Amino acid sequence: MHFNTLLLDLMELTIWFDEAFEASLTEFSEVFDGVVLAYDVTVRNGNARILPGIHPYFGVNLRAKLLLFSPKPDMLLEGKVVKIGKESIHVIVLAFSSAAIMQEDIREEFRYKIKHGEEVFASRSHKRHVIKVGSTIRFLVKSLDEEILHISGSLIPSHTGSIDWLDKHTEEGSQLERKICRSIKRERETEKGKAELNLGVYSEGAFLNSDHHRSKKSKRRRTEEES
Amino acid sequence: MGVELASMDMEGYFETADIEFSDSEIVSHVRKALRSVAQGDTDDYNHLIGGLNLTEHLTPDDVGILLSGLKGLAGAVTYIDMVQHEALLSAIFGMSLWNRDYEPDVMDALVDLIIRLATSSGKFVDSSLDMLISNFIPPHYALYGLNQHFWQTKKAQVLDRVHSALKNITDLVPLAPLRLSPIILQRMPHTFAKEAVIVVYVENMLRLESSAIGEFVGSTMLMAVVDRLIDLDVEIGWDDILQDDSSKGIFDMELDGDDSDDELANHSLGANVFAGTLDSLMVLTCEHLNSCADSGRLEKVFQTLLQSFHVTVLNAYKSKFAQFVIFYACSLDPETCGVGFAVMLEEIFLCKTYTYPPLTRMSAVAYLASYLSRAKFLQSSVILSILKSLVDWCLEYCQLQDGAEKIVNPQAHRVFYSACQAIMYVLCFRMRSMWDIPHLKSQIIQFPLESILQHPLDPLKVCLPSIVEEFLRQAKAASLFTASENFLFNNLLETDFSKAYGGMERLDMFFPFDPCLLRKCDRFIRPNFIYWAKIRTTYDDDEDFSSDEDDANEQFGDEIYDGFSDDGMGRSFDDRDLDLDEFENSLNKMSITPKSSLKYNMEGGGFNIPMRMPARIRPSTSPESL
Repeated sequence: MHFNTLLLDLMELTIWFDEAFEASLTEFSEVFDGVVLAYDVTVRNGNARILPGIHPYFGVNLRAKLLLFSPKPDMLLEGKVVKIGKESIHVIVLAFSSAAIMQEDIREEFRYKIKHGEEVFASRSHKRHVIKVGSTIRFLVKSLDEEILHISGSLIPSHTGSIDWLDKHTEEGSQLERKICRSIKRERETEKGKAELNLGVYSEGAFLNSDHHRSKKSKRRRTEEES
Repeated sequence: MGVELASMDMEGYFETADIEFSDSEIVSHVRKALRSVAQGDTDDYNHLIGGLNLTEHLTPDDVGILLSGLKGLAGAVTYIDMVQHEALLSAIFGMSLWNRDYEPDVMDALVDLIIRLATSSGKFVDSSLDMLISNFIPPHYALYGLNQHFWQTKKAQVLDRVHSALKNITDLVPLAPLRLSPIILQRMPHTFAKEAVIVVYVENMLRLESSAIGEFVGSTMLMAVVDRLIDLDVEIGWDDILQDDSSKGIFDMELDGDDSDDELANHSLGANVFAGTLDSLMVLTCEHLNSCADSGRLEKVFQTLLQSFHVTVLNAYKSKFAQFVIFYACSLDPETCGVGFAVMLEEIFLCKTYTYPPLTRMSAVAYLASYLSRAKFLQSSVILSILKSLVDWCLEYCQLQDGAEKIVNPQAHRVFYSACQAIMYVLCFRMRSMWDIPHLKSQIIQFPLESILQHPLDPLKVCLPSIVEEFLRQAKAASLFTASENFLFNNLLETDFSKAYGGMERLDMFFPFDPCLLRKCDRFIRPNFIYWAKIRTTYDDDEDFSSDEDDANEQFGDEIYDGFSDDGMGRSFDDRDLDLDEFENSLNKMSITPKSSLKYNMEGGGFNIPMRMPARIRPSTSPESL
């Protein structure tokens, strides 16, 4: 059964979508397999369908573009160093996710020392490769605690470390960097890819459940990472 | 930087002897002890736990062992496994910073370990936060010694470290505050907990609110505090106590505290416990609001208070005191907060943005009436503007009812009657002061009161007789309005009609900002509060009034009249000069409304005693009012 005319106007629908998506911001959503960072929702048409058995819910077809944060093991992430100690480097990613890189996950090239009263990890091989508070570093994801969005990271791979240094001082690093940048760019484009969702909307405003499709982009991204 | 340990070899460093090891050696040893658990070797591991479990009568050696254990663990947090090292985690999270034998260096080491556990892995965040929050409350043996120098120092040391640790964790784990709020709410002492426990916990909640973390958890903290105020408030059972002795009010008993009747003493003790706790929490909250005002955060905090009021307080049955928190916040910023509160109540009543059920609207207009009448800091123009919107609404309602059946039905038109009563109530308090200002007077004269009050719905017959009688008296004296029929209420406090429109909740008798009888928080409310006993009415003769005013000043000794804020509408006692006896006397006078004060009566003569106004807080304790 279809309604040609909704009793709700588009503005109300938009508000409901906003409420629903905003609820998933800064929270790991198992539905989306990640954290929704941004969204753009378009209602495909004005027809709604009453969902059998769960009156007064009804379904509205919509199209949503989602930007997801979905870290997986062996992915590369970038974050800002907020604390350095002898046993660990603490990083914040995208201002809400925390990451800790423990001593045993920092490659031996880096040595902890206190330079001009500041705690740093300095490379033994490249004097200018220094990680300190405020540096932006690239690191490898070891694991993710989805509840608190805490990442366990690693600086073992040689293409990890301070982005400033990686960008400027190694040709190899630069090539790798460009490759990674392209990879990240592609990923971002993929993440922005349209994810068609069929969402049920509760007619009194609160959001609803959904039987949307899990985004294919995660698989694609994984494939890209593996290749 | 080494730690003096007690061992000849690293394997058994918890034994005796004096050898100094470096921090890295200790860390290495602890890591080895932790790793060996997986291989079934638990000797060193058990020694480690044993060292942490040393809590009483610590010798310097014990402290050394404890300190090295904590420092070693801090360097080995990644080796701690939730399952294999459950006993160790239990020992760590069970430690109390309040331990009298813990010196600052031990406390620092423990807090450092907790921070490292919380920030090294997501799985220890909740337990670490929970451990820190558990330290909000001192152990029972310290609870009643908090006024002693030792425990005061300890309290500062512990709480500074706890709050600093919470901030450090939040700096490194940005989503930690999301986990913090539910833990704090879950650990919040219940209503029946000891006063000292609730007070120290709420102190910490408010400290969090004003800290950097407050940006994330502040509103939750404030709302939880207000919820607890309401919980305590509704536990104060006036009615039961009044049944025991109807000639004595609850606070008379509380303040006197010399009842010989055991049963009554026990009963009043119960009330005292809740009232005392509530009073202390109100003081804490008011002080917090004051500091918010000083630091320019009041406006933001006030938005939370408004939301809290809307969600919790507005519909709370029997709330007698908690609402004074928002009253005080309004007094700190009359132009923004003071007006904002009135406008919110007005909007709820008029259903400007949403539709509300009748009881909520009636409650809102009762709050509005009481607030407009009692808030000394409100400008007359604001009061008049809101009164006008109520009058307009009533007029529109009357016009909609024209042609309907002419039988008075209080229950069906209860929202209308509550609005009429609110208008009359506010005018009883404010008419005279506005009357003295020409442009305000002209606006009041233009109110279509006759069309509303003489309407066949007959609000004069339905509303509380005492308010109607006082209003008619003042309106007649001011030539504002004269009823077409004579109402002889014979000092009735209520009628069947008023009961009917007030419903089970008795919203007809709901005057939420009647004088607050809590002793300690009185100092925050009193300077901003208008007492009925000090109101000038339109039937007061100016000359007599001034001479009586002098008399009254003499009778009250130290009490002096303050001019009301903007237009001399009223006066209040000077709290600096009011001693306790006078305060108790004033309690007797002010509650429901001014009883016929003996002090006024004694002199008799020209002082025109205003009639008693009804109130819900302390429904008439004197026989004549019943």
